[in-house]
Amino acid sequence: MCVVCGCSGNSPAHARHVQTHAGEAGVVQVNPGNGDLHFGAGAARVSVPGMSQARAIKLETDILGANNRVAQQNRAHFEAHGVTALNLVSSPGSGKTTLLCATIEALKKHAPGLRVAVIEGDQQTSFDADRIRATGAPAIQVNTGKGCHLDAPMVSEAFAQLHSHDHHSHDHHHGNHDDGHSLLFIENVGNLVCPAVWDLGEAAKVAILSVTEGEDKPLKYPDMFAAAQLMILNKTDLLPHVKFDVARCIALARRVNPTIEILQLSATTGEGMDAWLHWLDHAMGAHHHHHDEPVSEEAALRQRVQQLEAELAQAQAALTTRSAA
Amino acid sequence: MHEASLAGGVLQLVEDTAVREGFSRLLSLRLEAGQLAGVDVRALRFALESLAPGTVLEGAEIQIEEPPGQAWCMGCAQTVSIAQRGDACPSCGSYQLQPTGGMELRVIDMQVSDD
Repeated sequence: MCVVCGCSGNSPAHARHVQTHAGEAGVVQVNPGNGDLHFGAGAARVSVPGMSQARAIKLETDILGANNRVAQQNRAHFEAHGVTALNLVSSPGSGKTTLLCATIEALKKHAPGLRVAVIEGDQQTSFDADRIRATGAPAIQVNTGKGCHLDAPMVSEAFAQLHSHDHHSHDHHHGNHDDGHSLLFIENVGNLVCPAVWDLGEAAKVAILSVTEGEDKPLKYPDMFAAAQLMILNKTDLLPHVKFDVARCIALARRVNPTIEILQLSATTGEGMDAWLHWLDHAMGAHHHHHDEPVSEEAALRQRVQQLEAELAQAQAALTTRSAA
Repeated sequence: MHEASLAGGVLQLVEDTAVREGFSRLLSLRLEAGQLAGVDVRALRFALESLAPGTVLEGAEIQIEEPPGQAWCMGCAQTVSIAQRGDACPSCGSYQLQPTGGMELRVIDMQVSDD
């Protein structure tokens, strides 16, 4: 990974900013000395009071701005292609790939003709992409090398690769396309910390937690569960064999994210898969018909209205007190 | 360690600004990483220091401010302080909190020299 932006080091984008760094070497001269200020070294060779050569530059710029701009481009791109993109996040071994394979198989019956593609993020190997391709769905493996998360430029390039390697559906889409909808699963690097911070342009983050992990994970890794719209409790077939308090897990998840939606399923036995397929239908519907906003967004708006009403009441009370005094 | 990538983002911002503003040396840099921004400030500082040699960041003083975490409590109908997500409201103990502050992750400003 390139530490400059987190892009994969051999990408065209990387080549561009390597050029930029080289070009800037002549402009930006870094003083290797002790940090002392030497006034009068400028072109005039003199320091003029009131015309200090040190100046302040106000930036107030988001550090993730470069990533977020690409994420917005991805979002617009997905929208234009009728793609609902979901960012699947979890710790390693929660069963993301098994769930994806089971989901792709189930969608063949549930929604025949629906195009499903997968972007697989891992530090190394193409094992996961190979498992997805075995189901017949197109998949692109992104190896992040030393990187701990996927970022928006990686997804942008992987999406372009998917298109150039999937001629049939590409032609189909631009030719006599059906309803044009498709699903894109982005399986992030197994990591419950870093991927929370990076927007990839997805419609929603889906956090997967298996019952073989601790039920307190939502509280231990609150940023991830706060960023997710849906939590899937996976491997429920193992519940009789493990100490895992489902109710407590749900309570802890709601503690960090009061509006999070929760589904329980087993990708192995198929139990609970129908609700997940239904959630996917809804995600695609909500994504493509903007009047039909996702439930959690509506809930968030309702909460916001409550807050504003409460603030209004406070302000009115303060005003009344002041005019009475 | 996503702080390494974030430090790279900071360097990129400063380098872009150096090209735009044409300054020659960075004296100091002020960042903001809120308590609820999902960033370890010590790791971010370490990453910036590791990245600095040979770049425009070398020799610059780096200040990282940590705006406190704030949330709107539904129960109390007021803004309260929380140190991290998942904390209870300090006045009523409820978890019906909506974070409203401390999510900042920004470069605020910098002092530069034109010498």
